[in-house]
Amino acid sequence: MADSYLPLIPLLPAAGALLNGVAGVRFFGKRAAAAVACSTMAAAFVLSVAAFVELLRRPADAREITVTVAAWVPPLALETARGIGTFAVDWALRLDPLSALMILVVSGIGFLIHVYSVAYMAAESDGAYARYFCYLNLFCFFMLTLVLGSNFLVMFVGWEGVGLCSYLLIGYWYEKKSASDAGKKAFIVNRIGDFGFMLGMFLVFYTFGTLDFRAVQDMAPAVAAAAGTGVLATICLLLFVGATGKSAQIPLYVWLPDAMEGPTPVSALIHAATMVTAGVYMVCRNAVLFSQAPDVMMVVALIGVLTALMAASIGLVQNDIKRVLAYSTVSQLGYMFLATGVGAFAAAAFHLMTHAFFKALLFLGSGSVIHGMGGEQDMRRMGALKRYLPVTYATMMVGMLAIAGVPPFSGFFSKDEILYRAFLGHKVIWVLAVITAGMTAFYMFRLVAMTFLGAYRGPAFPGADAHGGHPAHGHDDHAGHGHGAWHGPHESPRMMTVPLILLAAGAVVAGFVGIPAALGGANRIEHFLAPSFEPRGAVHAAATAPSDEAATSASHGEGSAAVERAAATAAPEGTHEAPHLSTAGELGLMAFSVVVALTGIAVGRRLYVQQPGAADRLAERVPLAYRTLLNKYWIDELYHATVVRGTLLLARVSWRFDALVVDGAVNGSGWTTRFSAWVSGLIDQYIVDGLVNGTGATLREASLGFRRMQTGLVQTYALLMMIGVFALVSAYLVLR
Amino acid sequence: MPADFPLLSIVLFTPLVGAILLLFVNKQRVDTIRWIANVFGFLGFLVSLPLWSRFDLADPGWQFVERAPWIPSIGAEYFLGVDGFSALMVLLTTLIGAIAILSSWTAITERVKEFYVFMLVLQTGMLGAFVSLDFLLFFLFWEVMLVPMYFLIGIWGSDRRLYSAIKFFLYTLVGSVVMLLGILALYFYDYSLTGVYSFDITRFHQLDLPANTQWWIFLAFFLGFAIKVPMFPFHTWLPDAHTDAPTAGSVILAAILLKLGTYGFVRFSLPILPDATQAFVPMMVALSIIGIVYGALCAMAQHDWKRLVAYSSVSHLGMAMLGMFALTPVGITGSILQQINHGISTGALFLIVGIVYERRHTREISEYGGLSKIMPVYATVFMIMTMSSIGLPALNGFIGEILILQGVFVVSKIWAAFAASGIVLGAAYMLWLYQRTMFGKVENPKNEGLADLNLREFATFAPLIVLAVWIGLYPSPFLQRLEHPVRAVMSRVNSSYPATARNAADCGSETPTPAREVAGAPAFVQPPCSDGSGTAPTAGRDGGR
Repeated sequence: MADSYLPLIPLLPAAGALLNGVAGVRFFGKRAAAAVACSTMAAAFVLSVAAFVELLRRPADAREITVTVAAWVPPLALETARGIGTFAVDWALRLDPLSALMILVVSGIGFLIHVYSVAYMAAESDGAYARYFCYLNLFCFFMLTLVLGSNFLVMFVGWEGVGLCSYLLIGYWYEKKSASDAGKKAFIVNRIGDFGFMLGMFLVFYTFGTLDFRAVQDMAPAVAAAAGTGVLATICLLLFVGATGKSAQIPLYVWLPDAMEGPTPVSALIHAATMVTAGVYMVCRNAVLFSQAPDVMMVVALIGVLTALMAASIGLVQNDIKRVLAYSTVSQLGYMFLATGVGAFAAAAFHLMTHAFFKALLFLGSGSVIHGMGGEQDMRRMGALKRYLPVTYATMMVGMLAIAGVPPFSGFFSKDEILYRAFLGHKVIWVLAVITAGMTAFYMFRLVAMTFLGAYRGPAFPGADAHGGHPAHGHDDHAGHGHGAWHGPHESPRMMTVPLILLAAGAVVAGFVGIPAALGGANRIEHFLAPSFEPRGAVHAAATAPSDEAATSASHGEGSAAVERAAATAAPEGTHEAPHLSTAGELGLMAFSVVVALTGIAVGRRLYVQQPGAADRLAERVPLAYRTLLNKYWIDELYHATVVRGTLLLARVSWRFDALVVDGAVNGSGWTTRFSAWVSGLIDQYIVDGLVNGTGATLREASLGFRRMQTGLVQTYALLMMIGVFALVSAYLVLR
Repeated sequence: MPADFPLLSIVLFTPLVGAILLLFVNKQRVDTIRWIANVFGFLGFLVSLPLWSRFDLADPGWQFVERAPWIPSIGAEYFLGVDGFSALMVLLTTLIGAIAILSSWTAITERVKEFYVFMLVLQTGMLGAFVSLDFLLFFLFWEVMLVPMYFLIGIWGSDRRLYSAIKFFLYTLVGSVVMLLGILALYFYDYSLTGVYSFDITRFHQLDLPANTQWWIFLAFFLGFAIKVPMFPFHTWLPDAHTDAPTAGSVILAAILLKLGTYGFVRFSLPILPDATQAFVPMMVALSIIGIVYGALCAMAQHDWKRLVAYSSVSHLGMAMLGMFALTPVGITGSILQQINHGISTGALFLIVGIVYERRHTREISEYGGLSKIMPVYATVFMIMTMSSIGLPALNGFIGEILILQGVFVVSKIWAAFAASGIVLGAAYMLWLYQRTMFGKVENPKNEGLADLNLREFATFAPLIVLAVWIGLYPSPFLQRLEHPVRAVMSRVNSSYPATARNAADCGSETPTPAREVAGAPAFVQPPCSDGSGTAPTAGRDGGR
């Protein structure tokens, strides 16, 4: 069943993009362009749900559907570590629990954001409007290809494709230099990451002789047992370099905050909910591979937690509402990598899903605020908007509580699972993660407080007491894009608030699929996802076993020695040796993290609600720390001074070298030739030609003498002939 | 079509017929001349289409062969034939030739007749070099190309056109002369062995020369082909020639003429001189990698739009050369495909520069900016071709790059890493170019009234876009055509690959599939390979038990 419509899930948005891109930009009005884009996304979502349901109906060990659409690269012989192999790649899609979850997120949230955009982008001209939806649809096509791709190369198509769409959408307002700069930066920084991804992919082929995820997963334990973990560690490290680019981790996170130059729905869809999670998805997709490389896992966990901490600390002091959210995204992505690093792949995917809900919600909410404030993004010029944007306020409050990890909102369950796994994995990492959680709660409350609570600090407007009910007109902080006079803060139209409400509902309930056993839940999502993170041999056991731990031990029982060793590393969180806490301990941890979150909120409330101005005084007291955070640790400046300027300098040096030395040699040899030609010209003129002329002159002189002989008289000739004969004969006689 | 139908001769001489016909047209009748030239350009493409449709994928030998004595006293023959590689190059040539002629409609206003005559003669020269199976005939066509190109740059060029034209001519000529020495050495050596005077390339392909002789001939060929490619450090004629050539000249130069260098390596150096090829791999790889990175860096520093694209060619052709000298089937296939891709994307990029050059008569990047607003269709085409050039997946450049890099990677990870860094730089300079020309506000008032692409201009791009997407999404038809040629080369230069690659491939494709039922242990299971040409037992297999 699913084989027949699975390819349609990415292809429908592609068709929408094609239609809007070819015909829409010229001939479509706004309604038509929006209808094309939204309907294709709606259809993709319906099919995704159908696919998901179909997968659920199957027994757990059969939840894998692979569809080969067409051959892509036909078989070519190529050397591998195991002799001559075959390089062959198909356009193939695979639906399994992990990709099924992802297509739901992408198409579902994608659809809502399409709908939101209909109103948000309404101020654009018709052509630009169609262009926007073309890009947005194209993005969904690539993103769905990325998650459904059954091998590295198809995933890479989506991987780079979403990068392209990100580039196009960040630079959507291309007349603004900062926007096109940001787009370019995103693309190039991602390319640096892709450099690692590509090399990792090549090494995967060289090591395994295939690029198919499932085949690689199944072989990984045996390869690790045979060839040692060194190769796999290299593969994982290279792939992770790719992930740091796409998912904005240290050291390649710098592009994401700048990416906020794009329209806000784009930030919500691409730079919060979906694309930036692709790196996490990719690591999860290669869970077995990473599990074989514990050292790399440690690196992943460390990079993740450090990114989370650093980004959260920057987020503490930013004043641009979208920038706070951007750093928050970087921070939450760090959380997800932390989870994968400690082996909690299901928790990472779970957090990815809940994060998609609440972060999309927060971004769209901020878009609603920006819209209501006529393009204002600086929170210092907001305040008290609760009164004017009640729906936005309520939904953003839900988002704030979810991301802060307050029960029973969704973020609580997923974040808590990660903290629990981090605690079991490494205490230092756990401590850093908890600090991050506290910071997160603080800066998110700060965002809500500065925006919605306290006193109104925005520009004056007529009828300051009126609220709501203003006609819709799109805004963003972009010169020339705010249309119509601004009449004061106002709630957004229904096309925007309804997606907010739906996402808020999601942010509340999405966590319920992963209620941990300690709270009496079944952590269903973890069991659902488990087959995606294990070699195929272990799937059956995992499905029937009551819990994750039992699953691994069951596979121990029937597996061979090689697999046993592999599985021991494959699921470090599940083996008997792995530490785990009693239910009481787990509940204690949970309570502790809730306390941390509430403390963060309480501090925020004290600084921004109860004592306005306290925050500024605090900043004055620690100016160096404040400025360091405000300037984002000067990392952008550092990169600019070293990498960017270094490359440009190298480019200029190369070019000078080319002109002076390489081309100089060519021109030099040209000149040498011309010079020697000139010299030989002189020689020719004075020596060679001199000889010739000299000969000529001699002859001329001589001829004067000879001419006298040529008198025309026969007698003279006869005489001369006689002399000649006489001379010859005498010469003959003498010389004989 | 009967078996002895002289298809290649028709393909070869259609442009020449057009050129001769043009000689009889009064030079004042400019439009008639344009029409005739375009008709023959298009006709040239049409008659070459059977090389695609009637090409026999299963036949490993030469197809559409024509053979007749030419200069019997020295054994030179009129000997034409194609394999999958040259068939693709011929098709690329006829297509790009037609596009180049079409693109010149309004760009060339002086000496129109001479221009089109030279274009058509050039076309025949290039086609001849691709279809010749006689080395002397090949050399003849190789030299014939120089003259019209020289005049195209020298007469219809811009700025320092005479300097560039002479530089192009002399530089290439130096290479050709040395190459001729190599050809003659080969010819006389062959005679000393067999007692037959012949320039038959297919015979040379069978020749086993002593290593020492191979070295010298390789170096002679190297100079000829490396200048044409051009490889670092023989590339400096290229930016000058490209910059000053008229648009059509640049397009032909980038898309076809340079390919004759890479074609020469694959067709002559590798299979005729396999030992020398192996010996020179380090040098060739080093020069290729330098070309990739250095070309990209130089491109980044350019202020001149056309010169930037020219330097990007140095970088891209370095990539093609690297893939070739990996001496793996995947690498060589990728290299050939990348040659075609480069013809498509860089040809298009030169057309793109030509469009605005015709309107503004400047190539300075800083003169432009914000063109997206004024010329949206143009901007879209440019975006697609930029993406094609920097190897975005689902477009043509990606397939070529990925095959090259994968083919290189299995030989040396270091080489692949260096080459892949060129991809990052490629994105940087192309996107920066795009930003500087297309994005931003229109600040230069001269740009405000620029017209977007008209129908004729769009028609020059449409086939290239179609090809870029086609190769990106479904390269099989192209790669299948390259299967036999690549195998033939491989059997000469790298015998570690089984001659019957298809069998090995079939066996190999089963390899990655682990058997489910083997006690839950995902082990490498090798299906029995009847002809024994599959993989040798390895540690991986043993370890799985």
